[in-house]
Amino acid sequence: MTLRDGWEMVVGLEVHTELKTYTKMFCGCANAFGAAPNTLVCPVCLGLPGSLPVLNVRAVELAMAIGTALQSTISPSTFHRKNYFYPDMPKDFQISQYDLPINVGGYLDLPDGSRVAIERAHLEEDTGKSTHLGGGGRIHGADRSLVDYNRSGVPLVEIVSGPDIRSSAQARTYAAELRGILIATGASDGRMEEGSVRIDANVSVRRSGEPLGTRCEIKNLNSLRSLVRAIDFEAARQVELLEGGGTVRQETRHWDENLGSTSTMRVKEEADDYRYFREPDLVDLVPDQAWQDRVRDGLQPMPAERRAVLTQRLGDRAPALRDALEVVIDLGLDPYVIAALDAEVDADLAFARAANEIASDLVHVDNLSVESYVATLRMEQSGDLSATQAKTVLVEILANGGEPVSIAQSKGFERLASGALGEVVAKLIEENPDEWSRYRDGNEKLAQFFIGQVMKLTKGQANGKEVIAALQARR
Amino acid sequence: MKSVRQTALDVQNGDASALSVLEESLARIRARNDELNVFLYVDEEGARAAASALDERVARGENVGALAGVPVALKDNLCQTNIPTTCSSKILEGWRPPYSATVVDRLLLAGAVPVGKTNLDEFAMGSSTENSAFGPTKNPLDTTRVPGGSSGGSAAAVAADMTPLALGSDTGGSIRQPAALCGLIGVKPTYGLVSRYGLIAFASSLDQIGPLTKTVTDAAMALEVIAGHDPLDSTSLPEPSPSLVAHVEDGVAGKRVGVVRDLIDGADEDVVAAVERAVEVLKEAGATIVELSVPEFRLGLSAYYLIAPAEASSNLARFDGVRYGLRVNADDVTAMMEATRTAGFGEEVKRRIMLGTYALSAGYYDAYYGQALKVRTLTIDAFRRAYHEADLLLGATTPSVAFEFGSKTADPMAMYLSDVFTIPSNLSGEPAISIPFGTGEAGLPIGVQLLGPGRSEAQLFAGARVLEIADGRP
Repeated sequence: MTLRDGWEMVVGLEVHTELKTYTKMFCGCANAFGAAPNTLVCPVCLGLPGSLPVLNVRAVELAMAIGTALQSTISPSTFHRKNYFYPDMPKDFQISQYDLPINVGGYLDLPDGSRVAIERAHLEEDTGKSTHLGGGGRIHGADRSLVDYNRSGVPLVEIVSGPDIRSSAQARTYAAELRGILIATGASDGRMEEGSVRIDANVSVRRSGEPLGTRCEIKNLNSLRSLVRAIDFEAARQVELLEGGGTVRQETRHWDENLGSTSTMRVKEEADDYRYFREPDLVDLVPDQAWQDRVRDGLQPMPAERRAVLTQRLGDRAPALRDALEVVIDLGLDPYVIAALDAEVDADLAFARAANEIASDLVHVDNLSVESYVATLRMEQSGDLSATQAKTVLVEILANGGEPVSIAQSKGFERLASGALGEVVAKLIEENPDEWSRYRDGNEKLAQFFIGQVMKLTKGQANGKEVIAALQARR
Repeated sequence: MKSVRQTALDVQNGDASALSVLEESLARIRARNDELNVFLYVDEEGARAAASALDERVARGENVGALAGVPVALKDNLCQTNIPTTCSSKILEGWRPPYSATVVDRLLLAGAVPVGKTNLDEFAMGSSTENSAFGPTKNPLDTTRVPGGSSGGSAAAVAADMTPLALGSDTGGSIRQPAALCGLIGVKPTYGLVSRYGLIAFASSLDQIGPLTKTVTDAAMALEVIAGHDPLDSTSLPEPSPSLVAHVEDGVAGKRVGVVRDLIDGADEDVVAAVERAVEVLKEAGATIVELSVPEFRLGLSAYYLIAPAEASSNLARFDGVRYGLRVNADDVTAMMEATRTAGFGEEVKRRIMLGTYALSAGYYDAYYGQALKVRTLTIDAFRRAYHEADLLLGATTPSVAFEFGSKTADPMAMYLSDVFTIPSNLSGEPAISIPFGTGEAGLPIGVQLLGPGRSEAQLFAGARVLEIADGRP
């Protein structure tokens, strides 16, 4: 979407990512999603009186890895308390980094050639999760509020961009590229739908060439689609307001996915004074050079580098495969694709099964080895498995593990004996004379009818291309 | 009650059973607790079980630890698994922690027998125990007077011979001041020497746990047990527990003792006279006396009454009625929190939360909290300079002997001044010890204070022992 003539949007993003540590930021409780409420808690993450925080070294390393990937300067840092009252925050303050964050400055180059500045990427702890019953799901007017503290104390890194983004499409590209980096560093699983990555967008508009306008912050966007829609809505709202002679009020706004609109959450004038001060229960965090070097040396290649490798590999075919390539890079699936290409699997196939079948079950990606992926695709390419069968095999391995040849056998996926396909096709032509004559007269759509019937009779064992060849032979 | 040292020896040698020692302690508590209001909770059942288990281990010939069979009183801001812990506040009434403080675990491991939880000024905010939501504790030496505070219950437990050992916490003098007013040894260790895990925080950067006892050796024994690195407290010093008891008789020969006017001037005449006698004693014992002036110490009080409330305003935010303790229901969550905190906190706690919130607020931070941090740095630097000229510092612990109930409650500033000599050590994080030395007005005990650089506890105990002997307790 573009704004009305003469207007420009200015966007900065705050991306919060939960770190993929085994334990929480300040205690030994498991950092895991989906457990029964309030089962992953202890005196520390419940903020019980007398408990004290102890910093998780792994969380610090992952934060340093993110900073290194974003070209930040890793700096001596401190922890502060951000004080405000909220029921899902057990201590009624959040331990966060304030004026001295661990990662200072940096930038992210996007595939579209633009560069977005990184202001900082700092460590902080997550809060619990509130569920408000009644009153429209908001805390005010709720009949009851339930709190699950399993998330309380989960380590977060907040990555703050500069106000360098000029369109919702660029915001999307930035968020997707950043997500790829978070996955590549091992810091995050990148799952927005589970809330492991959440985005706040600061949006303002201005007439081209004028100083920055007043911004509004849209909280808690949890998909790339929401991000794009919310920014577009908000920028258009501000333009309309200004063109109508109004002014934009600095405020925090809530995005309603169903209504497709933003609404006021709280006005900045009445915002809390967080009374930040040094967290006296923690000591300063000063990573030495040796530690920084170890983190840098341990980094895997970042998306930009991997994208370049794959693009070069594809040569002329790269433009046609661009969308699948982006999915594969974003999700870190390129080792599968490259191994398949190495084994002379056709590029279309190598990308398609990764961008579809693997991408649909990313949670279980560890069940599928690169070798099994290549073997399955080789079986498909040689005709030992039909496309349908190959997809079924991949879905099965992702869901339950296993090895492709034995899964194909156990499901009875044997190649149709030569001659068997001919018999099936002949039988179908005999039983469906009308369809056959229309096909013979040049109605190519009816090929799909015959393929469907063949698949039904052979329980998916036939290969679609071979069916067409058999039909053509009898035309 | 016998001393900590004698009790542990008797139990280790089988000359006394831990249970018989405990029964004596419980009998003494029963006899005077209604009158003095020392213990908020007595865990007779748990203590008997612990004592019996210990006796069985003695019978089997096992090593039962340095504090075998020693009944110990715990200030009620120390968590002990499943034992009510209130901080003398209505807001925590009925709460039972699911875990024990590191010091409690270490006491148990050393064979000590926790008998119950003692009264304090609510959340350790006060100098007389008059701020307890459960009524004041009386000074066992004169029941018309306060025992001091905030560890007033712990001091009274030892002074009334209910237990030979109590633990307190010291944020601005809360161990040393009641020790002085009740005629006891009271130790504020180096910050980080004793783990704060399980101590309900008042002001995290100032709080330290320490012992109250009748003898220097007893205090050294107890501190050896509770000190040493704890991975659960990030501010815990990395070293293991220091050797202290072995150095109690080291004396002060050749040591330079700095007599600090700023830790004496302004005290009552009887207190000043006691400090001057202590100077003579140390001199005779071979110490070199150096007269010092450290004017920065006089700024400590103002800095303290900004830093401690600022931290407290944040530490006490969690008492909001959501998860534990008191809840006063209201229309919505915010109103419930307000109603709970309004009903649950006492006046002094509210005063300090307001002070601290104000000191940290945008627009006031630099002028108040920020300025106080600078004064804290000045204090630390002043101590460093003083320790170039002296190995130990000597002053009064309190400006006066125990005062009468109600004499300072109307004027918070008068009460705050009780801490003027003890606060500098908390700001610098360095150790100090109060030793009873002579008596003053109405025959009440006077405390003098020895201060030293970080981790100089052994030296402080040695100096304290010299004064103890000279005061007639060989």
